[in-house]
Amino acid sequence: MTLSVQRRTSLKRAARPARRAGSVLATHRWGLTPWLFLLPGLTVIVLMVLVPFANTLGLSFTDSTLLRQGEFVGWDNFRRMFADERFTTALLNSTLYTVCVVPCMVVLPLVLATLVSSAGRLTGFFRTTMYLPVVMSPVVVGLIWTTTLDKRGLVNALFSTLDAVAEPVPFLTDRWLLLFSAMFVTVWTGLGYYMVIYLAALANIDQSLYDAAAMDGAGAVRSFLAVTVPGVRSTMTLIAVLSSVAAFRVFGEVYVLTGGTGGVGGGDLTMTMLIQREGTGLQARTGYAGAISLVMFVILGALLLAQLALQRKRSS
Amino acid sequence: MVRVCPRPRTAAARRRRVTPGSAARYLVLLLMAVLLAGPLVWQLSLSLKGAGEPLYTQPPKLIPEHPTFDHFATVLDRIPVPRYLLNSLAVAAMAVVGNVVGATCAGYALGKLRFRGRGVATAICVAALLVPSETVLIAQFLTVRATGLVNTLFGVALPTLVAALNVLLMRNAFRNLPGELEEAAIVDGANAWQRFIRISVPQVKGVIAVVAIFAFVGSWNDFLWPLIVLSDEQNYTLTVGLNRLRGTFYEDPRLIAAGTIIALAPIVAFFAVLQRYFFRGLEAGGLKG
Repeated sequence: MTLSVQRRTSLKRAARPARRAGSVLATHRWGLTPWLFLLPGLTVIVLMVLVPFANTLGLSFTDSTLLRQGEFVGWDNFRRMFADERFTTALLNSTLYTVCVVPCMVVLPLVLATLVSSAGRLTGFFRTTMYLPVVMSPVVVGLIWTTTLDKRGLVNALFSTLDAVAEPVPFLTDRWLLLFSAMFVTVWTGLGYYMVIYLAALANIDQSLYDAAAMDGAGAVRSFLAVTVPGVRSTMTLIAVLSSVAAFRVFGEVYVLTGGTGGVGGGDLTMTMLIQREGTGLQARTGYAGAISLVMFVILGALLLAQLALQRKRSS
Repeated sequence: MVRVCPRPRTAAARRRRVTPGSAARYLVLLLMAVLLAGPLVWQLSLSLKGAGEPLYTQPPKLIPEHPTFDHFATVLDRIPVPRYLLNSLAVAAMAVVGNVVGATCAGYALGKLRFRGRGVATAICVAALLVPSETVLIAQFLTVRATGLVNTLFGVALPTLVAALNVLLMRNAFRNLPGELEEAAIVDGANAWQRFIRISVPQVKGVIAVVAIFAFVGSWNDFLWPLIVLSDEQNYTLTVGLNRLRGTFYEDPRLIAAGTIIALAPIVAFFAVLQRYFFRGLEAGGLKG
């Protein structure tokens, strides 16, 4: 029924060349068809993302637990949060993570991409090798580095062979060393990903700019700073935001490196780990976990808004 | 890349000459390749080392003296890895089918059809894109729990069954198609479904492949969500099951290494075969989506 009506209108309109361009699209004003196309996708998106988000908002102002529907408690959860040492630790760790990882993610892959793009026939080989860690699960990556960074692992063995250290370095047991080890693992995993994005951006830089720089006597470093960096500036902004959002959300690496404990006394908890701990299990305080989720959403939202503002400023 | 030279050289001449600069460049690249691939090679070496072989020699030895496949057998014997593999495959298959069908259909409606509410539907997808999964984790868990899907593989697949990002990717792909073919099909009396299947979908196969591959890898590697949803060991996916390697085999890194190699083999093979789609997805779709 709907279909036949819409076919008739479309035929009628298509016969009038003057309005053709608009008419082809204007065939379903009241039809059911577009909604049938949308049904599976929209159902999942609404039920699994938007409704849960609304529920998180509601939860965060209650004292719900997993087994009991809580009551409205106003801003209690948020007040308690800032007195909760584990929350402040997690916030500090995730923030520190972002601050340390992002500059590495913005700069190192760009240097690598510049080197790789000039590697001639080997470009493909290097690109594949360096992308490999990206397709690996954080659990596998975490396990590999757990054995490598262990007290008796490869890194410590190499160190003591070179007589660089007197005692094994406690990469996985010291609070700060563990956090930095996890950052290293994150950078190790992400390098290839951002490098491939940079490679695409580098291909768009006008080659004649490099020739002009060379004519003016610029060396490799100089032309990198004067031509490459300005040429990929918008990509740098994009990667800064992508990697900062990803770094703030870190979970897998820290979870596996600490064996799921969050470090000695929970000193290496991150925001996502805290949400996972508070919100699951039989003791779960879902209201409190919801409030932490909301704080995390606000922080991530601020990072995204910063990106939009920067992009708008640049394009205007 | 840029060298100061008195006169332009041909590409061939440039390639043959080895300057200190290019030697340094290759050295750095080689070091990076070793740093990135090295730990993997070391794992492989560990997993092959014989049971009596000393692991903690100084300097460390890369080549096993008594290579053996025993550790792989031991891991398979003590941890039901094939079971985990099948579970991961089942979840990934659901994610791939869900995203390919759901995102393609929805993307077509948003990109090629005009109807009341299209703006609202697009806005819903954009809004969902802005919600990071961690922030709805607990509420998603409560939803899945309320519907009785906790501890099922479908419960694991459900939240990413159709990702908003993929819907928007497909929308852009359909939007960028030229309209002539579609118009001709309308004149010939084809309805929306026929145009969708016969005219539009064949033109966006490349983007569909990218969506499928990223849905597969994303689902295969996901850890946090299955960790929360699954409680019964029978239903563990590979990542959750592997997480137990560390506890179970803490004493013997050879077994942990063998476990990681077993887990890595399928995804590395998958990547090796389909790598051009990975790079295409990043360069074109992933960036603009």
